[in-house]
Amino acid sequence: MARYGMVIDTRRCVGCMDCVVACKTENQVPEGFDRDWIATDTTGRFPNLHLEIRSERCNHCDAPPCVDCCPTGASHVEPFGHVVLVTPEQCIGCKACLASCPYDARFVNPDGFADKCTFCIHRVKEGLDPACVSVCPTRCMTFGDLDDPRSEVNRLIESRTHHALIPAAGTSPRIFYLT
Amino acid sequence: MHEYTLARHNDLIDPLVHVWNWQIPSYLFLGGWVAGMMIIVGFFLLRGRHREETSVTGVLPAVSVALLSLGMLALFLDLEHKLYVWRLYTTFQGTSPMSWGAWILLAVYPALLAVFALRPPDVLRDLWPAFDRLSDRLAEPRMVRVIAVTNIFLGVGLGIYTGILLSALGARPLWNSGILGVLFLVSGLSSAAAFTHLVARDRGERELLATSDNVFLLVELGVIALFLIGLLSGSQAHAQAARLVLGGPFTGVFWVIVVGLGIVLPLIVQSLTTAGRLAHTALAPLLVLAGGLALRVVIVNAGQFSHWARF
Amino acid sequence: MAAGLAASAGARPALEHVSGAATTEKGIRKVPTFCDICFWKCGAIAHVKDGRLWKVEGNPEDPLSRGRLCPRGTGGVGAYFDPDRLKVPLVRRQKRGQEEWVQTTWDEALNVVAGKMETIKTKWGAEAMALFAHGLGGTFLKHTLKAYGSPNIAAPSFAQCRGPRDVGFALTFGEEIGSPERTDIRNARCLVLIGSHLGENMHNTQAQEFAEAVGAGASIIVVDPRFSVAASKAKHYLPIRPGTDMALLLAWMHVIVGEGLYDKEYVAAHGYGFVQFQAELEPYTPEWAYPETGIAPDAIRETAREMARYRPATLIHPGRHATWYGDDSQRSRAVALLNALMGSWGRKGGFWTPSSMDVPGYPYPAYPKSTKGKVDNPGSRHRFATESITTGIREATLTGQPYPVKGWMVYATNLINALPNQEETIRAIQALELLVVVDVAPSEIAGWADVVLPESTYLERYDELNVESFREPFVALRQPVLHSPHDQKPNWWIARTLAGKLGLQAYYPWKTIEDYLDHRLAKANLSFTELKRKGIIRGAAVPVYFDDGVEPSFPTPSGKIEFYSTQLHDAGFDPVPKYTRHPEPPAGSFRLLFGRAPMHTFSRTQSNPLLHDLMSENEVWVNADVASRLGLDDGRYVRLRNQDGVLGQRIRVKATERIRPDCVFMVHGFGHTSKMMRRALGKGASDAQLITRYKTDPLMGGTGMNVNFVTIEAEA
Repeated sequence: MARYGMVIDTRRCVGCMDCVVACKTENQVPEGFDRDWIATDTTGRFPNLHLEIRSERCNHCDAPPCVDCCPTGASHVEPFGHVVLVTPEQCIGCKACLASCPYDARFVNPDGFADKCTFCIHRVKEGLDPACVSVCPTRCMTFGDLDDPRSEVNRLIESRTHHALIPAAGTSPRIFYLT
Repeated sequence: MHEYTLARHNDLIDPLVHVWNWQIPSYLFLGGWVAGMMIIVGFFLLRGRHREETSVTGVLPAVSVALLSLGMLALFLDLEHKLYVWRLYTTFQGTSPMSWGAWILLAVYPALLAVFALRPPDVLRDLWPAFDRLSDRLAEPRMVRVIAVTNIFLGVGLGIYTGILLSALGARPLWNSGILGVLFLVSGLSSAAAFTHLVARDRGERELLATSDNVFLLVELGVIALFLIGLLSGSQAHAQAARLVLGGPFTGVFWVIVVGLGIVLPLIVQSLTTAGRLAHTALAPLLVLAGGLALRVVIVNAGQFSHWARF
Repeated sequence: MAAGLAASAGARPALEHVSGAATTEKGIRKVPTFCDICFWKCGAIAHVKDGRLWKVEGNPEDPLSRGRLCPRGTGGVGAYFDPDRLKVPLVRRQKRGQEEWVQTTWDEALNVVAGKMETIKTKWGAEAMALFAHGLGGTFLKHTLKAYGSPNIAAPSFAQCRGPRDVGFALTFGEEIGSPERTDIRNARCLVLIGSHLGENMHNTQAQEFAEAVGAGASIIVVDPRFSVAASKAKHYLPIRPGTDMALLLAWMHVIVGEGLYDKEYVAAHGYGFVQFQAELEPYTPEWAYPETGIAPDAIRETAREMARYRPATLIHPGRHATWYGDDSQRSRAVALLNALMGSWGRKGGFWTPSSMDVPGYPYPAYPKSTKGKVDNPGSRHRFATESITTGIREATLTGQPYPVKGWMVYATNLINALPNQEETIRAIQALELLVVVDVAPSEIAGWADVVLPESTYLERYDELNVESFREPFVALRQPVLHSPHDQKPNWWIARTLAGKLGLQAYYPWKTIEDYLDHRLAKANLSFTELKRKGIIRGAAVPVYFDDGVEPSFPTPSGKIEFYSTQLHDAGFDPVPKYTRHPEPPAGSFRLLFGRAPMHTFSRTQSNPLLHDLMSENEVWVNADVASRLGLDDGRYVRLRNQDGVLGQRIRVKATERIRPDCVFMVHGFGHTSKMMRRALGKGASDAQLITRYKTDPLMGGTGMNVNFVTIEAEA
């Protein structure tokens, strides 16, 4: 079975937030909430600056603390693609998973359950890319199987310098940012 | 120069995580307090104190059940998907401290009720004669020992669990310390001792508990020191988390309320009391209890404030 | 999961369904159309799930979007669901601008409009009625107004935006840049952005091609007082002192000509007046430019050589919003000339040659001839204006010269925030006998109207065909996806019905828009049915570069690229651009700069719930050192006060290294004051409110707006 991940080219990304709004419409994310978002880091002194723009979301970690801490099994690793998902009907809304995520990727859906990026598993099952990837005007995002040595994601990881977010938290995130 | 911007605005998450409000600290405090009481009750049972008319062993189980129920109510109030709370008991999740806690709580009630049943109030005996027979069966020395050990065992488990609940959440460096379980256990013991000391009618029990509370408070100071030293010697994120109470925004409340008023001052007052230089008053125990609550509030809030460097 | 998510919309609904009507429709329906959240007209496919609008995606067949919309297009769904959108025709009840309305029927509302228009025509002549219309949707209202007898039709997109650029390029190459711009960004090996924050301004095709160029390792040179997103992708970032771009352009050309780095063959073949041009450049050394621009001579030389290294695939982007300092068409001409030196016009990686399909217009009767001529540019004082000047109409409305203007119809443009000096606009409005606003959202200009006519969103209407002029020819259809949720009507219906009430039925021989579209398409041998199914019909690809067969042609008076412009000389202007120094902000003041954010269009989208969610208010960018000196923490609310004492709205400070200390920057379009725009009301600040001064471009009447200075006042 695949182990899905994403590679995002921060050199191409302009931070337009199309990924954010596409997620909102595709998944009918409640107003006021974000399953994905844009973060920027600016370093240096004017005019010698470096700016990194990142489209961020749940990292679908290989060692997901949100799944470990869930008392009901609502947060789980889906066998399909090792995607981290929440089953709303099993979630009691204890928010341990929100507190456990170093990326603050989760929120409480107004209906009470923990909510977050699903890697658009419903689309992936149909052979489509996640909504954020498929709309990106800069084509900065690549989605694919990290276990497939010939996949585009692996090719990019191998050929470009990259980093993941907060590796020190030990969660083995599966989104890689090309620099 | 480093500027970080985040275009996200999730309720309870941004700009700073604040998923837990008063309910969780209250629950952790009450849970720890009950844990301490179970250990004390178990200890007294082993000493045969339950046979004494004036012993607190008659009072503590009922109080514990009430406090624990309050704690669980607080926990329930914190749930966002309340109607699904039963889902806790259709599964056991071995990696989840909360799942452990849910099942421990399920065992804590019968253990406390067994102590309660050792000396049920007369009303109950009159109402339900069978209760008498049950009491007699439980009062057999072997059964008492089982009940005592079970209470101590569950008390330690419950006390530590209230800390592990937080320390398992590695995303918040302040919580990310195994010592937190010990700290909350010791704090729970000191709360329990303070409370028992406050309500004890038996002079001997009162003296013993006041003295033990002093020990617990001293140990707690030591554990706090270890907790902070541990964080400071950890990663940059952990050290930064420790600085939240060492010069950061939680410094005042931590050192003045939790340590000063909640530990050091009652320690001084109780030491003077046990030395016979002050009369027993409610002051020290109340300060200890307030300090115990404040400790959970500060740790829960500061923990949510602490985070890993973003990249 | 999907079902759970859909069901979860209950507590705090993702988007309230504005239509109360129950639907029995099941399944997913896909309707191809094209977007209208900005003017780029990207091909889109709307998805309706179980009768409810779900999402809008790019149409892969569309050369503009190439299957991917920008955030505004993706957020187009929100335009339909916007609870603040105009719902029924409104007639003013109180004084103008009080926003007190009587809801009425279309018949009533259009009777009022037609009645007033008849009166104006009788009293002042048909020319006293002007139309301000932005975008393709204005086509039919323009037709009605022309049939009525007025030539006075303008859009802020000329004098407040791209006019100087198009004039500057037309004076040089004989042709305009057009929209969508004929820039070959994706093939550029060196891309120079001077005053364009591409990526933050989200012209879809261009942003896509920009990312492609970045990805392909093109050398990017960005000139901007602000470290824009584009600047962060640049090999060379030149933090220019605002107002001195012309000095840099001239110095670059000085180096390129002086060092013989230009495309000599190209210039020899196509250039006119190069010798005079060369002589004019003499004084503009990099050393001269340094104190003007703040850019070191070495950096000027290095970037000039960098450009030359990659020519002809070196594209100096002409920009779009070019109305800055009043000498903007001359500056744009300098940009054009720099491109000419690179030989990039007509070449791969420079400027392609657009083509379009031949779709004849509908055969209408001839319009009545106006004897008075246009009102906006009396005596052709702006000799090189190629379109009507909005501010010229405003001036005529205020002065009655050259003749009175008594009625305005405004379609899809928020004049209050689009024109400089709001006070002047409002005074002009007070002098009117009729102000009609046709729009989707209740913008500020709607608040001043006598009659407000609610238009259907693009998802609910047919519209004029988009016969695009692009790097490949195609024709696109906008068609309704859903019914309008309230009593909104499409622009063609409004224009046609109004014409009927004005007795101009003869100008609308077609009964329905379908008849109209079918007729036009049939004339071009295209199938309406096919277009409805596909949304887009592409024509045969044609050559776009000189090198693959386009015959070089420069429709200037000399028939060549005019390095020296005889027309300008004859009209008394500089035949080769010259540098003029613009006033600097006084000590303690900052030049007010404004620009775009990728998720908003003008001041039109702030109440769109989805786009509002992405960016709900703007910030004022203040240099971090300046902010610290002024004691302004990041995120703190301030107000800006301009040189004329106008105090702006509350706005948060973004204290950042990413801007020079002598200017401040804000995203345009915020600070709404319309009470009907509830979601956006009072959020952020309007730059337009602070733009009380503007400098008019003598060549074409554009209004340079970067000439206002502000101080920063902390909010308590």
